[in-house]
Amino acid sequence: MPAVEVSRIVKTFADKVVVNDLSFSVAQGEIFGLIGPNGAGKTTTIRMMMDIIKPDSGDVTILGEKLSESTKNKLGYLPEERGLYKKLRVLDSIIYLASLKGMDRHSAEEKANQLLSQTGMLPHKGKKIEELSRGMGQIIQFIVSVIHDPELVVLDEPFAGLDPVNVELLKGMLFDLKNQGKALILSTHQMNEIEELCDRILMINHGRSVLYGNLVEIKSRYRSNSVLLEFEGEMGEVPGVAEKRTHKGYVELVLDGNTTPQQVLERLVSQRAVINRFEVATPPLNEIFLRVVSKAHE
Amino acid sequence: MNKTLLILRHEFRHTITRRGFIVMTLIVPLIVLLLIGVFHLVSGIARPTVEAMTIGYVDELGGFQQYTSQGNITLVRFDTQSGATEALVKGDIKEYFVIPPDYISAGGINRYTLEKQLAASPAITAAINNFLLGNLLAGKVPAATIARIEAPLNLVTTRLTETGDVAPEQGGYGNLIIPFVFGVLLALSIIFSSTYLLQGLADEKENRLIEILLSSVSARQLLTGKVLGMGAAGLVQVAVWVISAPLLLNLASSSVGGFVSTIRLPANFVVLAVVYFILGYLLFAVISAAIGAISSNSREGQQLIGVFTLPALIPLWFTSLLMFFPDNPVWVFFTIFPLSSPVEVIMRVGVSAIPAWQVVVSIAVLVLSIIGTLLLTIRIFRTYLLMYGKRPSIGEVIRSLRSG
Repeated sequence: MPAVEVSRIVKTFADKVVVNDLSFSVAQGEIFGLIGPNGAGKTTTIRMMMDIIKPDSGDVTILGEKLSESTKNKLGYLPEERGLYKKLRVLDSIIYLASLKGMDRHSAEEKANQLLSQTGMLPHKGKKIEELSRGMGQIIQFIVSVIHDPELVVLDEPFAGLDPVNVELLKGMLFDLKNQGKALILSTHQMNEIEELCDRILMINHGRSVLYGNLVEIKSRYRSNSVLLEFEGEMGEVPGVAEKRTHKGYVELVLDGNTTPQQVLERLVSQRAVINRFEVATPPLNEIFLRVVSKAHE
Repeated sequence: MNKTLLILRHEFRHTITRRGFIVMTLIVPLIVLLLIGVFHLVSGIARPTVEAMTIGYVDELGGFQQYTSQGNITLVRFDTQSGATEALVKGDIKEYFVIPPDYISAGGINRYTLEKQLAASPAITAAINNFLLGNLLAGKVPAATIARIEAPLNLVTTRLTETGDVAPEQGGYGNLIIPFVFGVLLALSIIFSSTYLLQGLADEKENRLIEILLSSVSARQLLTGKVLGMGAAGLVQVAVWVISAPLLLNLASSSVGGFVSTIRLPANFVVLAVVYFILGYLLFAVISAAIGAISSNSREGQQLIGVFTLPALIPLWFTSLLMFFPDNPVWVFFTIFPLSSPVEVIMRVGVSAIPAWQVVVSIAVLVLSIIGTLLLTIRIFRTYLLMYGKRPSIGEVIRSLRSG
């Protein structure tokens, strides 16, 4: 059973269709990337999954259960723009927000202490939120979004404003959650993070799905017909190669329409070339993103 | 624990530990004390106490020799005006006046003093008046009649019921004081509680905490918890004020004396006060929640809420008019208009009897307004709580209410 199943949701604000007939699912133990240009309808989609607003039509189910008061406790959310009660102490803030997710005070405090110590924030638990740095506040909010052991966690730009040490710490915790079978949805404009963390992605534009599926498959779908090659010595003519582009440290061989990378590899091996790297060129996600968005604007 | 209760408890605790709340709770009893003092002075019931003093007079007409002791003021006769001036400069007398030879026909009295003042004090005026009166009438009418002419009217009013019995609730200023003080408190408490509510919501909206809250609880739970939590804090504040009132009154009666002992609670006052307090708070809380939802920050919200809190204060501005013209039909309007009715009814209770139908209509209108505003607020809440940036215009809000 998928952790989250979003089925044909539609949301209209004042005659403007913001999310249009969107469907996707996220499996348990999966980190799922949600990408799209600004104003594409990502936040509205997230809010509908987080039961903050209701879709005009369509359904969201969590472990097969439709969203309701009782499923709210299974959701964890780290919104893009963050804030907490400035005057409240760290531990009190965490316990209050955890209690609204159905945790009792005792277990909330225990879990809060554990997560604070895991993130190195334990010495700050008595401080007021306003005394914390931006990055520290963000760690606290991450704790708030996962403390109640949710089935689905949506993280909107979770790494923005964090130092590299905390980025690694957070990534480690995300993988822990993934291994516990939680469904994680990551929404970010940092395409390298999506490539590093996500198994599958959904890209939306103008409220519709424009790319959806396994990241490796999507990338192979968008590959240009070329291979990247690092080799030693001289290379002669390779049949089937239409163009040879020399980059720093490697060459890119653009194949003609009738040749596969496998055939090129066989021909190179038969030429007895010493090959250090042979890679079917797939464009970075960033490039795919730009291509899809610019196509939509044409 | 129920999530609404959790929010209620959080908002209650958060509010009562605010510095502003604590200061307000403590400072109001002090303001009340001040009000009692001012009221007591202005209402003129207190007898002016005058320290013993000596004033001089020069009798150019002749015959003014008796009645030289008027309460604490002693009058000393001088033969010439220069003698009186000398005594005044030396400080033997506080001031002096001259009775000119044409006094009987012209009536003029010339007064001389070293002090700069607007007019002679009421005590001195009364003393000179009674001195002249006594001497003019001396020997012509009996002394007892002179005393009566000095103070011919001592009005004692008794209110009777329709059956002719003495009414349990008598009128008078003593009746007005508690409703007046309570009217001020009611207005203050309503305004402060709803401002806190508005500020809290606008802050949560501004720092986006609202998204985490709404992913945990429903908008209805959030609204209910907040309104009741802040209301409970408001009630605590009022309770502190009400409990401190008898202590303050005791303190006041020992220092200002007689008037305070005439203060009493009008019949049914407590019932009306509680009903209007709760209804008034609910109406303003619901309006504040709607404004908190549409404004992009708390400062903007506070400017908007002013439009609604102003009518609540109108009855306080017109206190003196209400005192002198209690039966003017304009008060009926303020009694029924829901934004002003809580304070207006409380104030009117102290001044005169309010016809029962007006109270019934005003409570009905208030309850209907609360329900109507609540329905609108829930819609506005859902639509605008998650919209940031530009505040929607009134036209946009109305349009979205129609379509939503």
